[in-house]
Formats: sequence, structure tokens, C-alpha cells
Amino acid sequence: MIALLARDLRLAVRAGGGFGLGLAFFLLVAVIVPLGVGPEPAILAKIAPGILWVGALLSCLLSLDRIFALDFEDGSLDLLATSPMPLEGVVAMKALAHWLVTGLPLVMVAPVLALLLNLPLAGYGWLVISLAAGTPALSVIGAFGAALTVGLKRGGLLMSLLVLPLYMPTLIFGAEVVKRGLAGMDVGTPLALLAGITAGAVALLPFAAAAAIRVNLR
Amino acid sequence: MELQVHDLAVARAGVAVLEGLSFRLLPGRALVLRGPNGIGKTTLLRTLAGLQPALAGRVSGAEAVAYAAHADGVKAVLTVAENLAFWAAAYGTADVAAALDAMNLRALADRRAANLSAGQKRRLGLARLLVTGREIWVMDEPTVSLDADSVALFAAVVRRHLQQGGSALIATHIDLGLEADVLELSPYRAKPPAAGGHVGAFDEAFE
Repeated sequence: MIALLARDLRLAVRAGGGFGLGLAFFLLVAVIVPLGVGPEPAILAKIAPGILWVGALLSCLLSLDRIFALDFEDGSLDLLATSPMPLEGVVAMKALAHWLVTGLPLVMVAPVLALLLNLPLAGYGWLVISLAAGTPALSVIGAFGAALTVGLKRGGLLMSLLVLPLYMPTLIFGAEVVKRGLAGMDVGTPLALLAGITAGAVALLPFAAAAAIRVNLR
Repeated sequence: MELQVHDLAVARAGVAVLEGLSFRLLPGRALVLRGPNGIGKTTLLRTLAGLQPALAGRVSGAEAVAYAAHADGVKAVLTVAENLAFWAAAYGTADVAAALDAMNLRALADRRAANLSAGQKRRLGLARLLVTGREIWVMDEPTVSLDADSVALFAAVVRRHLQQGGSALIATHIDLGLEADVLELSPYRAKPPAAGGHVGAFDEAFE
């Protein structure tokens, strides 16, 4: 299991692995939005939590189809499925590797990009906390979507259509945490729901994803 | 570990391709599967490897199977040694060096798999069987893209595996020079459901 995590991380950081792709996309979103909306600091400060969360979500989406598709194409997925590792564990490790490569860097650069969007200072802490609590769910839900569409020719678009609606609760509560934090209100409820979605997804979806892969490999 | 197959029926894309298949593979023996293209060799091997459910029948001993598919499952950006080390860790074994030597990959150990030729990649794919530590090797066309020397090398590796009490089930069209039993699959071709054959999921959907 640890070997699989190490392998996936190594594959991600070597040439063509896509490490940093999501990060660059996140940066571009944060740069492009002020160009479109205009430079008024008040407007930017108001929309910053939502834009940052949508940006994080889209950059996560960008690299999802790599989770299983590459292993399917070169035959590794067949061999992983016949190896002694439980397929549920394979899914969980691959989702964890995806989060370490995509989600965690997003959490870490988010404060810098928040500066570009003129997020008020009070929101920085809540932004990082909400992203840290929410992005693992994005990776696990994404791994489930990737498992459903593995083996389909050009299944990337279909996967986006399947996954984006499933991302909505995380987006709603994640952005809500930051907005409430900014307004000085109690963030307990949305933060608990956000963490609950993550915990539920991490606990249940690897089983669903493994079942989907078994069907797709037949 | 003995592989036993009893009255097995397998289906590809929901249509039965083989039925009524029974055989035993004893330790130390090799069994070569033969039959025309499309008879269901790969489907049978995938079923034995546990990648798809059988339509009917029983398989025992499948937990000792190591499966080598058409595709080698080689990661292009990892080196030869890294590829093998991953599978060794996945199967809880550690003997990567012996596998490198056995398939004549020692000189290529630190080369990235992307820079290997097709035959070298195949040798790496077959070396994976050695690090699984499993007793029953199930191989699908293992000699594709291997040159004559590599085929001989591979045959020697299989022979040593048999001597150590392992067994091998090989779907191949060429003669490996092994003392192997041959199972011709043509007589087991599945009859259409109308003629009393097994009903696959595809047929069920159109009833």
C-alpha cells in the first residue's frame, strides 16, 4: 500500500506526471477573474471566497482522469486488481496520492492567491481551514468518478459531468465557512458539515469506486 | 497448490464463448492452451485470474495465481528496477535482483522503461512474475515481441519455476520447447443458447 502511494507520487513528480498543472490553473483563475470583473477592491473582496473555492474545485477536476486512466491504458490496473492489495485500498491510496499532489498544494498557495483577490485579512485562516477540510473530499469523490468512467474512450468530459454535481455540497459549505468567518459569524455548522462530507466520502467511496472498477475491468 | 477447473463456462461481453471446460494443473506441470483467435483464451485466463466472474462452474486454487496479461503494466517514467521493486513490494517479496538476472535485465536496471524496446519491455513484464512469489503462472501470449534468444531464456525460467514446484498455464501459438500438456480449446466452444448453451448477460437482455 505504501509502495503504491510512493509509486504514484513518484509518477506524478516525474516528467509528464502533471504535478503543478492544477496549481498553475488555480493561479490563472485567480488572475483572470479580476481582469473580467474589474479592479474594484470592494467587489473582489465580496466574491473572493466563492472564486477561490470554485478555482480549487476546477483545478482538482483537471487532473482526475489521470487517477485510473493511465493505469488502465498500460495494463497496470488489471495487474493491480489481481495483486494481493485490496482494490478498495488501491483506490484510497490513489485518492490520497491525488490529494497530496493536487489538493495539498492548493491549500498552501490559497493565501497568496487570496491576496490577488483582495480577500480581507480575517478570511485567510478560514480559507485555509475550509480548503484543508474540503479538498480531501474532492479527491475521493473524483476518484469515484474516475473509477466509473475508466475504460471509456474519451471519458473525461463524462466524468466531469458526473463529478461536478457531487462537488456542490463541498463547494457550498466550503465557501460558506469563509464568508461567515469574514462576517464574524459562527462557522461551526458549515465547517462541521464540510468535515462530515469529507469523512463520509473517505469512508464510503473507496468501496463504491472499487466496485465500479471491478465492473469496468470485466 | 493445484489449479482445478470444473465444468467452467466463461463469457466475453455477456456472450458465452467456452463451456464445459474441466482440467487440473498439478504442481511441476505446464499446460499450453491452443485454439483459433477468438475462441476465448484471454477470456478464460482473465476469469482464472479473478478479473471477471465465471458464467458457471468452479475454480479452485485461483488464490495462488499470478497473471501476466497482453499488456505488461510497465510504467514508462520509472526505471526497470523501480518497476520491479513496486511489484515486489505489492506482493510482499523482496527478490528483485534475482528476477533482473533471470530475465537478463541487469544491464538495463537503471534505464527508464520508456527507453526500452518492445522485447525488453516484455522481458520486464515477465520478470514481474518472478517477484510475485506465486506458484501458478497464468500467461497470455508471453512470447509476443521476444526474439529467439529471449524465448529460450523465458522457457528456461519457466522450466526452473516448474522444477521448484510451480506450475504454468500458457496461451501461446508457438512451441516453447517445454514438456507441456496441450489443451485444445476448440471442442469447448460454447453452443448458442438456442442449441442448449449457456445464457450470457447479453442474451438475457434480449430475451
